[in-house]
Amino acid sequence: MIELDRVTKRYDGRTVVDALSLAIPAGEFCVLLGSSGCGKSTTLRMVNRLVVADAGTIRVDGEDVSGLSAELLRRRIGYAIQSTGLFPHWTVADNIATVPRLLKWPRERVAARVDELLELFRLAPAGYRGKYPHQLSGGEQQRVGVARALAADPELLLMDEPFAAVDPITRDALQGELAGLHRATGKTIVFVTHDIEEALRLATSIAIMDQGRIVQRAPPLELLEHPANEFVRDFVGRQGLGLKLLSVRRVADRLRRGEAADGEPLREDASLRDALSAMTARRTDRLPVADAAGHAVGVITLADLVR
Amino acid sequence: MRPPSVLASPLLWVGLLFGALLLRMDALRPFFRWAFPGTVPVIYPRASFLELFLAHLAVVATASLAACIAGIALAVFVTRPIGREFRTMVDTLAAAGQTFPPVAVLAIAVPLIGFGARPTVIALFVYGLLPVVENAVAGLEGVPAPVKEAADGLGLSPRQRLVAVELPLAAPVILAGVRVSVTIAIGTATIGSTVGALTLGTPIFDGLVADNLPFVIEGAVLVALFAILTDMLFARLDRRLRRYAPQ
Repeated sequence: MIELDRVTKRYDGRTVVDALSLAIPAGEFCVLLGSSGCGKSTTLRMVNRLVVADAGTIRVDGEDVSGLSAELLRRRIGYAIQSTGLFPHWTVADNIATVPRLLKWPRERVAARVDELLELFRLAPAGYRGKYPHQLSGGEQQRVGVARALAADPELLLMDEPFAAVDPITRDALQGELAGLHRATGKTIVFVTHDIEEALRLATSIAIMDQGRIVQRAPPLELLEHPANEFVRDFVGRQGLGLKLLSVRRVADRLRRGEAADGEPLREDASLRDALSAMTARRTDRLPVADAAGHAVGVITLADLVR
Repeated sequence: MRPPSVLASPLLWVGLLFGALLLRMDALRPFFRWAFPGTVPVIYPRASFLELFLAHLAVVATASLAACIAGIALAVFVTRPIGREFRTMVDTLAAAGQTFPPVAVLAIAVPLIGFGARPTVIALFVYGLLPVVENAVAGLEGVPAPVKEAADGLGLSPRQRLVAVELPLAAPVILAGVRVSVTIAIGTATIGSTVGALTLGTPIFDGLVADNLPFVIEGAVLVALFAILTDMLFARLDRRLRRYAPQ
């Protein structure tokens, strides 16, 4: 889907992105993780040509982006940023309709798509369509920002710390919605963050960056279990490593199938961390597990968490 | 909250007063006779006030329209990547235009292009450019960076970004500059009558020359009301432009 081949960007003689190569297959949720100034945002912005690379090639769907019209390229790629960049003089509906209108969709199709996205993000269309951004809460603004990025149903979505400015509870809800969206649509997502927890929760693949290079690229579990070097080990954090491991492992992997237990069942796609939390809260070491349809499939015990 | 009645709008009353004085100043003849005994005539006789107003309006509208178009175009140019180098130069030129007293511009323009409305229009144009340029630059630069980044990132062309995002967001600030420029122009246009332009300043200067105070009052009151009325219209337009913004 996206291939970066020895891509370099310099600002005033300082190398921000240094001969970086990265291939992101279709359907992947790739998180670029690193501290500020590591070049992760610049890397992201070179994909839709908001930043022009000094050297190297970037291909989207096999096409070299430098040979495409920047506007046409960007209309094919969803883009969401931290401060949302919602147009304050446009209503929610007009904001979401931006790209479909640029693509000259018929009016009815645009209106239907706007309502569909508002429903998807649990914003009642009748109430929210006509609101202006300043009338929304931070979380609602961010939902509209993501809805706007998704409006023309792009195959590829670029997100630059989209949830960094909202409160932790809202962030948690937004992360859950985005993870669900990724599972449901299989869109390719490139997501920039400095938050390791966020990366572990969302990513199918994490690229840790430092000084314009990728230090390690691996699925979340592998990153925790086999950090490539001291930098990654420090970045991932030695403290709470166990909890982080629990947060990337699924209940389904440790399930005792066929057994039964009492109580409210956990979903099998919940993390082991969720299971630990539920056990602690309910003062039990045994919880029933159900599948997505709600049918009981087995049991998980405290001992299973640490196997 | 109930919308305020039309009758409570000061705009309506000032407008009616202005219109009434423009068309029926002669109704005040007994008052001027009583207030200025011995002065004849008490009502300006050489042109109707409506005629003077329309000529005044034409001078101001031409100069202000030109100043707005040129001012906004210059501001757009110097806030684009290609025009950034010219930013300081345009600022300096516009500021220099404002330091010239309009009378001096008239004095220079008359020998070059003769008497009449044209030198007045030129003087008002030069004088009115600065507030428009300054505010338009400030307005365009005040558009939040994330909004511009989002516009680019979503695939708006530079032209679409300017027309659909930057200019509407800068509009209230640009309008404030236009408002200052036009209000100044309405007052300053009166001195155009010294070089032969027909304006509401004509009775003022004729009255000063002939020591006829009623003429001066009639001209001055109409110019003042004209300026106030225009300012009120701009205030209304300003509220309309900001209607999306937090109260």
